[in-house]
Amino acid sequence: MREIQFEQVRDTVARLCVEANCLLGDDVVRAFKAALETEESPTGREILKQCLENEEIARRNMVPMCQDTGWAVVWVELGSGVRIAGGELADAIQQGVAKGYTEGYLRKSIVRDPLRRENTKNNTPAIIYIDVVAGDGLKITVQPKGGGAENMSEVKMLSAADGAEGIKRFVVDRVARSKANPCPPVVVGVGIGGTFEKCAMLAKHALLREIGSVHPDPFYADMEQELLSRINRLGIGPQGLGGTTTALAVFIEAFPCHIATMPCAVNINCHAARHKSAEL
Amino acid sequence: MTKKITAPLSEQTVRELAAGDAVSISGIIYTGRDAAHKRLFEAIQAGRPLPFDLRGAVIYYVGPSPAKPGQVIGSAGPTTSYRMDAYSPLLIEHGLRGMIGKGNRTQPVIEAMKKFGAVYFAAVGGAAALIARSIKAARPIAYDELGPEAVQELRVEEFPAIVINDVHGNDLYEQGVAKYRRE
Repeated sequence: MREIQFEQVRDTVARLCVEANCLLGDDVVRAFKAALETEESPTGREILKQCLENEEIARRNMVPMCQDTGWAVVWVELGSGVRIAGGELADAIQQGVAKGYTEGYLRKSIVRDPLRRENTKNNTPAIIYIDVVAGDGLKITVQPKGGGAENMSEVKMLSAADGAEGIKRFVVDRVARSKANPCPPVVVGVGIGGTFEKCAMLAKHALLREIGSVHPDPFYADMEQELLSRINRLGIGPQGLGGTTTALAVFIEAFPCHIATMPCAVNINCHAARHKSAEL
Repeated sequence: MTKKITAPLSEQTVRELAAGDAVSISGIIYTGRDAAHKRLFEAIQAGRPLPFDLRGAVIYYVGPSPAKPGQVIGSAGPTTSYRMDAYSPLLIEHGLRGMIGKGNRTQPVIEAMKKFGAVYFAAVGGAAALIARSIKAARPIAYDELGPEAVQELRVEEFPAIVINDVHGNDLYEQGVAKYRRE
């Protein structure tokens, strides 16, 4: 059994929270630059330039690119040959999030109860998804998820008879109805299949993919391209002020399905498409 | 061309602004988002005094990240505005003349802006580190216990924004999207 110290997990999570919020991924920066070449609206191009300038300021000063430093969604791939020494894995992650958000000057955006709304003051609890895998590794991904784009997300229980076109119509319509709200240009995560809640998790997990990467299944690679093209014809544009760059990417994750169902989830990410990983 | 305006806003300033105008705002504005709006709304309904004078005021929908040592304020971009729509018409009726946020407003807010003379500005969502540069001073004035949602008085210099809804009922979002939509 390989042992990993509790403190190492905690401190890694804390570091990932700060880095994810201050250092935008190279793939997103490349996508901004590519969009700057193709965006037809002068206002849209100006906004994309501001996104790039903002990213530079955040990187240089290690300050959050967006004041909404998100809900800390933490994905864990835990090798079955790993044991956490000195405490529980989930506690290490929760303490790491509290440490990262407090010591890293990140905003605390979580309230203890949805109706009584008292701030927990350290951004916990994190949302933790643990997957036990073969081997003796531990991979941790922190995905700070902002509230504005999360609010534009939806799960719909479609029928098999709705087919691929039904899925496409739902995805495009969900982005169309979101208009300026989720801070376009967005990244669109799509989950298809599974149960009601599995489908939503697929959509969230899809947002971790590198922008520019191609789906390994040509069927879904084609669907992603078609969806991206249809979404970018909506006219919403950067910040919803009109333009040809409404989304930077559409990522689909599909999963086996019950014979009676065809759920589809759309999880929208703002242009601050943030996530950072570490392997221990 | 960018129009330089001063906050609090005069009635004349508001009437001269048009959807699509790029503005740079200097002066005093107030932060306020979901929880603060609920409290302001309830205070007006109960006839209680407000923590700042609403007449001519501009509210910026923002919950900044904490300031690092040496910073005036942390990152401070706009939050999505529609969540304030339930409260905004009453605030506008009581003198609010400007709102800064991002995203579309609903019809009751747009009608109140026309009726009482107020404008809605958008700042670039997500450009929070960039926007923070135009905030020169920040002072908490109410509802401290709300943490990032507390009301702060901000002194801003050349805060960049764009007029979305003017007092004539124009909506830049609708106009901009229509121009680039390909059916």
